[in-house]
Amino acid sequence: MEDDGGDPMKEAGILSTEEVKKVTPPIDRAEKGPVAVIECLEEIPCDACGWACPSGAIIKQGITIPPKIDYEKCTGCGQCVLICPGLAIFLIELVGEKARVTIPYELLPEPQVGQEVTALDRKGSPVAKAKVLKVLKSKDKTMAVTIEIPRKLFMEVRGMRL
Amino acid sequence: MTLNRRIEKHPILEFPRRKPVVFTFEGKKIRAYEGESIAAALYASGLKIFTWSYKRNRPRGWFCGVGKCSSCLMTVNGIPNVRTCIVPVRDGLNVQRQKQGLGTLPSSFNENLEVEKLDVELAVIGGGPAGLSAAITAKRLGCSTVVIDENFKAGGQLIKQTHKFFGSRENYAGVRGIEIANMLLKDLKELGGSWLLSSTVVADYIEGEKHVLLVPSVVEPKVRVIRAEKIIVSTGARENMLIFPNNDLPGVYGAGGVQTLMNVFGIKPGERALVVGAGNVGLIVAYQLIQAGTSVEAIVEAMPRIGGYFVHAAKVRRLGVPIYLRHSIKRAIGKEFVEAAEIVQLDENWNPIQGTERKIEVDMIVLAVGLTPASEIPAQAGCKLAYIPELGGQVAIHDQDLRTTISGMYVAGDSSGIEEATTAMLEGKIAGADAALSLGYKPDEAKRIKDKAKRNISEFRRSPFGEKPRKGKERIWRMMEAIQ
Repeated sequence: MEDDGGDPMKEAGILSTEEVKKVTPPIDRAEKGPVAVIECLEEIPCDACGWACPSGAIIKQGITIPPKIDYEKCTGCGQCVLICPGLAIFLIELVGEKARVTIPYELLPEPQVGQEVTALDRKGSPVAKAKVLKVLKSKDKTMAVTIEIPRKLFMEVRGMRL
Repeated sequence: MTLNRRIEKHPILEFPRRKPVVFTFEGKKIRAYEGESIAAALYASGLKIFTWSYKRNRPRGWFCGVGKCSSCLMTVNGIPNVRTCIVPVRDGLNVQRQKQGLGTLPSSFNENLEVEKLDVELAVIGGGPAGLSAAITAKRLGCSTVVIDENFKAGGQLIKQTHKFFGSRENYAGVRGIEIANMLLKDLKELGGSWLLSSTVVADYIEGEKHVLLVPSVVEPKVRVIRAEKIIVSTGARENMLIFPNNDLPGVYGAGGVQTLMNVFGIKPGERALVVGAGNVGLIVAYQLIQAGTSVEAIVEAMPRIGGYFVHAAKVRRLGVPIYLRHSIKRAIGKEFVEAAEIVQLDENWNPIQGTERKIEVDMIVLAVGLTPASEIPAQAGCKLAYIPELGGQVAIHDQDLRTTISGMYVAGDSSGIEEATTAMLEGKIAGADAALSLGYKPDEAKRIKDKAKRNISEFRRSPFGEKPRKGKERIWRMMEAIQ
C-alpha cells in the first residue's frame, strides 16, 4: 500500500527497476573485482564521495549534481562506502555463482567474519542466507561489511540482519 | 521505579557515566549520573508522568527536552516551575511534581539575588551550529564575544546528530553532527571565546546604541546584565505539535526530544515507536531509534511523497521499516501513557478514509512534523517580524547580511527561518563576520569570509531541497529592502 502511484523512488524509498538498471555496473567489470555502486540519484548538496575517492573514479561536477562513476578507475577500495552520509554506496563483486556485496552498517552487534546472516532486499525482506567475508571499520564507526550471496541477487541485496 | 532505561552499548556513541549522583524525588532516592538532566534521570528510572495539565488534570510527560515546552515543570528545592530538562542533577536535590501543574511559591525566598554586569562587543544568543560559527568567526576577527545558552551542554542540536552530514568538504561533509559540535567547541575554546551556559536571555532592551540583555541563571539565584554592541539571535526552533486526540499523552514526543534522550543522555526512549512525518528529521530519527535499540513499527507521512532525502528513506526501508504515504495518525491510545496508535489513510483532500484505520502497538509516538523559528527575543525587542510559511513561521525581517530592523541585532540559523545545520553554520559565519566588520575589525578579511559564505549558501540552496528556504529568504530580503 505504501508504493502506490507517482514517482516510485521518492514514494517508497526504494529504487525503481529503471533506476536499478541505471546504477548497475557492467557485468564484466564486476567479475574483475569489487566495484562501487552509487545509489544516490537526487540533487543533494554533497560531495563527500568525490573527495574521499583515492583513485579519482567518482566525479562530482557540482555540489548538487549527483555523482558519476568511472568503473574502470574504481579499485573497489570501499572508502566511499565508509564516508557516504546517505549510506548509499555499496560494492559488488561477481565470483562464479556467488556475488559479494559490501554494505555500510551502523548497528550492534558487530558482524563477525564467518558469521551467517540474513541478507535483506531494499524493503528489508529476507531473501537469502549469507556469510560475512570481511568487516571494514572506519574510525567514525561506520562498518563496511562484505557478505556472500547467490549471484542473481547482486542488485537486490542491500541490507542484512544478524 | 527500579527500571533502568540507560543504553549500555551503542553502535556510534559512548556514554561515559563517571560520577554517580543521588537525589530525592517525592521522598524516594533516585540514582543518576553527573551530566544528566533531572528530567532525563527521572525518565531513565522509569517515570513517565512529569506533571498534569492545569484545567483537566491530564498527565504530561517528556516532550522537547530542551527547555522549550512546559511538560517537565517541577518543584526543585522549593522553587516551582523549574524546567527539569535543562537543569543538571546534583547530590541532594529535592524534586517534586506539581499538583494540577501548578507550583506554590515558597513563603520566603533568597533576597540576595546576585547581579553581575558584563560588557561585550558581541553577544551570541544560542550556542548551536549558527551561534558557534558566528562566535568563532567574530572572535577570529578580533571581536570580544560571549555565547549564551540555556542548556548546560553547548552545541545546540548538533550534539544529538549521530548521522554524517552532507555538504562540501570545507563544510564538514561526511562528518557526524556530534563531531562537528566538538570541532566547533574546540575552535571557540582555542580562540578564548567565553561562554555562559544554563543562562536564559529573557529580554533585550535598547539603550542608545547598545543592547542590554537580561540573563537569569537557570541553576542559581543570579542575574547577569549584559551590555553588547551587537547581538546575534541564533535561538533555533521549537518543535511543531500535531492535532489529534490524546496528543498530550506521555509517550508522544518531539523528534528532537527523543534525540536528546537517546543521543545526549544515552537513555532508551521506548521499545516500539511510530514516527509521524517522513521529512529528513523523521527519517533520521527513525534510523537513530533503531541504533538505540528501539523497534520502529512504521513511519506515516500525510504527503503523497517522502519529504526528505531518498537515501535517508532507503536506509530505514532496508531495515524493514514501512513508510506509509498519505497516512496520518488518527489518535493516540492509552490512559496514562501511550499504549498504541491508530493510523489512517488520507484521501486527496487530506480527509481520513473510513475503514482504513489500523491500530499499531507502540509505546511512543514521535512527531517530526516540522519546526517553528524561535523568534521571541526579536519580537520582545520590537523587531519587525513577518509570517513566511517557507521559513516555518514568524521570523525577524532581515537582509542578506542577517541584519534585522533593529540596529545591531542579527538573526542566524533556524531562528531566521527553518533550514538545516550546514546553512545555519554559513549564516552564522555571515552574521559574525558582518558584526565584526561593522565594529571595524579586519574589514578585508571579514568581507572575504562573508562573501565566501554567501556563495556557499547560494550553492546549497540551488538544490531542489533548498528551493523552499531560498524562496522564503528571497521574500524576507525583499521586505527588508522595502523597509530600508
